[in-house]
Amino acid sequence: MDKNLEKGKSKNFILILESFIEKYKVPIAGVSALILLGLPFMGFSQYIMRIFIMIGIYSMLALGLNILTGYTGLVSLGHAGFYAIGAYTASLLSLKLGANFLVAAIGGAVLAAICGLLVSLPTLRLKGTYLSIVTLGFGEIVKMILINWDKVTNGTLGLKNIPRPSMFGLKLTLVNNGMYYLMLVLVALITLLCTLLIKSKIGRAFMSIKEDELAAIMMGIKTTRYKALAFVISAFITGITGAFYASMIGFIEPNSFTFDISTLIISIVIFGGMGTIRGMFLGSAILIAFPEVFRFLMDYRFVVYGLVLVLMMRFRPQGMLGWKSQMPYKLPKLVKESLKKNNKDNLKTQQI
Amino acid sequence: MAYLKVNSITKQFGGLVAVDKVSFEVEKDEIVSIIGPNGAGKTTIFNMLTGVYGIDSGEITFDGTPIHNTMPQNIVDIGISRTFQNIRLFPNMRVIENVLVGTHIRTKYGFIDTLFRTPRYKREEAQKTLRAIEILNSIGLGNRINDYAQNLPYGEQRKVEIARAIATDAKIILLDEPAAGMNPQESEELLRFIRELRDKGYTIILIEHDMNVVMNISDRIYVIDHGKKIAEGLPADIAGNQQVIEAYLGGVKKDA
Repeated sequence: MDKNLEKGKSKNFILILESFIEKYKVPIAGVSALILLGLPFMGFSQYIMRIFIMIGIYSMLALGLNILTGYTGLVSLGHAGFYAIGAYTASLLSLKLGANFLVAAIGGAVLAAICGLLVSLPTLRLKGTYLSIVTLGFGEIVKMILINWDKVTNGTLGLKNIPRPSMFGLKLTLVNNGMYYLMLVLVALITLLCTLLIKSKIGRAFMSIKEDELAAIMMGIKTTRYKALAFVISAFITGITGAFYASMIGFIEPNSFTFDISTLIISIVIFGGMGTIRGMFLGSAILIAFPEVFRFLMDYRFVVYGLVLVLMMRFRPQGMLGWKSQMPYKLPKLVKESLKKNNKDNLKTQQI
Repeated sequence: MAYLKVNSITKQFGGLVAVDKVSFEVEKDEIVSIIGPNGAGKTTIFNMLTGVYGIDSGEITFDGTPIHNTMPQNIVDIGISRTFQNIRLFPNMRVIENVLVGTHIRTKYGFIDTLFRTPRYKREEAQKTLRAIEILNSIGLGNRINDYAQNLPYGEQRKVEIARAIATDAKIILLDEPAAGMNPQESEELLRFIRELRDKGYTIILIEHDMNVVMNISDRIYVIDHGKKIAEGLPADIAGNQQVIEAYLGGVKKDA
């Protein structure tokens, strides 16, 4: 009884929160945009700005993995592999061919997406843990290739002097905050991409596969095709992020893309709330900032970090922001109009 | 030529013959029931009709074209849709989203339309949403469209499943024990709804244990036992059929 009551209360709270956000969405969006755009002028040190950029990077990685894991229900433990492919391809394109950042980043993302397709094809019949193990293997294979393919990847020495992106003749750096703004643009674009995809038949197909694959098949959804699509989109986003990371940090080596990175991304997705877009930002903000904020605890901070994850899974398994919307379903504009019209017609006939 | 013709289909699982040379026919705008004791192979027949299982021998034709051993997705596309014995909704999606997943196969806009929100996307999305609302209204769930499927009572979840099957623009709807777990009032309502569907031009194949439902609604009945067809005919014939009574009750006393 008590538990049900509590559940009802939290639902009410969510509804109130959501209606508040819906009502004031323009001012809320405006203020957040102003804060984000104004951050560089608030006198933060280089170090803090760099953390903000890392939060942005991990938001993008989480958004990418979220398409696959959060919406389609395919758990990948090898996203560091796609991240590395994006980073290396883009870096090599700009180092060896002098391609500018945009071309290099898209090249990296496309190659990552192709690899996503290649990974998905043999694994379409695998489910749950089996799929996770295959993706785990993929991540390790990519690392091994990077270490051993000396001629192209320069082996364990890694790639140095990766050029910073320049746009409109201006070189974007950490000092002039160009990298920060580029990060904002990329995060915005990727968020937009995810939102557009999810609110369509494609997003519903993804979710139906996660919810009940057999039922999805029996509704005529070509589940293999949609699973492959989820892999491709997820790898594409991760690849772009890799390209951005490489040009920000300027130096990459195979050990920048270990299994730890894959687990960190999936922790963010779960911590923030699988299958939500809002959760990815909070998840990465907390999990990336945490080790930095608690530096005074020295090595003990990782104990606390682990403890936070454990407590989180115990008391809020759906993730920090992983609630289901309690607002009514958002009908397409055209539907609202035609329903309104119908109501009016009904009223008219009643009056007559 | 029958609308759906099932000709001597067989399905074996290892040494077990689950369905043994079963034949039946369904005419357009008909309600046909398949009944039989538990484990008789009724659901296996549904799984063969919908492409979940291939068939080992025999053939299934729909409107003259063979449909056996094809992908389930193609069979939905041709116009056969089903519900499940143990409800298989998408529990964490809203009722309307569940039904919209049903319209998926008839929604033609693609990836580019989705990304750029083209007029085609807007038009189709609106059409399908209106269609989903219309179906839900007709099934009496108009006030439930915003709810999550898992929060609905059992009877209403069954209705959502039927709505989802209708949304695929199916011509034949296979209902696997739709009245299971419903109270008499609910199953009465269901009866009325299934008749309405038939009158609207849907063809219905029904697996059901509730004899009240079966006898009231069916145009014809097929009885399956141990994978074999043991009887077919009008409800009145079946109710008095000696073999059927034996299959259900394990034989009757001679002097009774």
